[in-house]
Amino acid sequence: MTNEPGTPIGRRVFLGLVGVGAVGVATGSTISNWWQQLAKRDPTGLSAVFPGGGGWRYYTVTGDYPKRPTADYRLKVHGLVDTPLTLTYDELVALPPTRLDRDFQCVTGWRVLGVKWQGVRLSDLLDRAGVQPHARALRLTSFDGAYTESLTMEQARRKDVMVAYQLDRKPISSDHGGPVRLYVAPMYGYKSVKWLDGIEVVDKVIPGYWEERGYSIDAWVGRSNGRNDETT
Amino acid sequence: MKQPDPAVRVARFTKVERIAHWVNAVLFTITMATGAMFYFGFGQSLLSDRALVRAVHVYSGLGILVAFAVAVGPRWGRSLRRDLSRINRWSSDDVRWFRSRGRDDTVRLGKFNPGQKLNAVFVGAAAIVLGFTGSIMYWNQAFGTDTRTGADFVHQWFGWLIWITVFGHIVLAFRDFESFRGMTRGTVSTAWAAQHRPRWYAEEHSSTTEDAELADA
Repeated sequence: MTNEPGTPIGRRVFLGLVGVGAVGVATGSTISNWWQQLAKRDPTGLSAVFPGGGGWRYYTVTGDYPKRPTADYRLKVHGLVDTPLTLTYDELVALPPTRLDRDFQCVTGWRVLGVKWQGVRLSDLLDRAGVQPHARALRLTSFDGAYTESLTMEQARRKDVMVAYQLDRKPISSDHGGPVRLYVAPMYGYKSVKWLDGIEVVDKVIPGYWEERGYSIDAWVGRSNGRNDETT
Repeated sequence: MKQPDPAVRVARFTKVERIAHWVNAVLFTITMATGAMFYFGFGQSLLSDRALVRAVHVYSGLGILVAFAVAVGPRWGRSLRRDLSRINRWSSDDVRWFRSRGRDDTVRLGKFNPGQKLNAVFVGAAAIVLGFTGSIMYWNQAFGTDTRTGADFVHQWFGWLIWITVFGHIVLAFRDFESFRGMTRGTVSTAWAAQHRPRWYAEEHSSTTEDAELADA
């Protein structure tokens, strides 16, 4: 085959690199955690030049990051409730706050470690509106006009599910889904509706935007979307 | 060795190899550009449809592997397969060239210098790695969270590295224009071949019948 004498170094390098890739897939989760923590504490800022240092990826299903000034913002809690609510941004922020210091895990693999969330517990809002006995689930809507999500009543009442208005101690920006978004800590990111403007109490689960496109309705991290392993 | 005739040119890459290279270049450009949009996070706002950018990235990326298979597999891929075999093998001259970082002028190189060999091997391996990690990311339902995170991490690193190597490849191609011409017109001057790739030049002269056959391929 070859006209040139010599050692098959090309093949060795090739197989070595493919091996590095395979080992990287197996260990990348650990390495990327370690690398992200290093990048967070890096005083030189040099780590920002290299990939994998964490950081957000900003998704939108409409091709646009809708902007709504806090003065114009309204959150509706309606459906099977005793008193439908329409909260302004100021009213929401004035409610007793809850804080979570938790990771944000996307179903496609990327994750941001130790995000500081502040908001109002979703169950507090439901209690204020008064959920009727035959209610079973929530349908959540976004003011982007397209995105929807669902939660069972049991999931919605968890302590680690909140209507968030602060991310890392700052008001949530438009690309992060601000001024108000959902944060469902134990589930993949697609549950955490951005630009949240409606919480409708309904009598059965209505699959949301991605769920109509094949994603699991119960989006537990590590226990859904094709797998059942340890929760991160 | 007698003085090379400047009017005579040496066939370096066949038409099949050149078409394969430029198809590859176009697909790489599309894949890398769309990949960068995700990497820097502006693809979503710059282009209205994120799903479209993603589809373009995935299918142009897979297209790289398909186009390569089509170029190398059939009968017409003979010259390309022969070059791959050259890229694989390192002569003792290659090792010396590499150790002296190209400065040892007693070295007699074959068709490719070791830098070109490493570049080709890296880009090939990276295409495979990016292909399988990208597939895990795209068809993520079949994989656990840690595997997805690992695939994403590896994909980012190899994507970043391939930007650097492709950029280097383009810069070096423009710095050695005769070599670049080998990939556009398919031929190089005898002077270039004799000076920069003496072992290959000698080889071509000793096997003229095979050359003619290759040039027709």
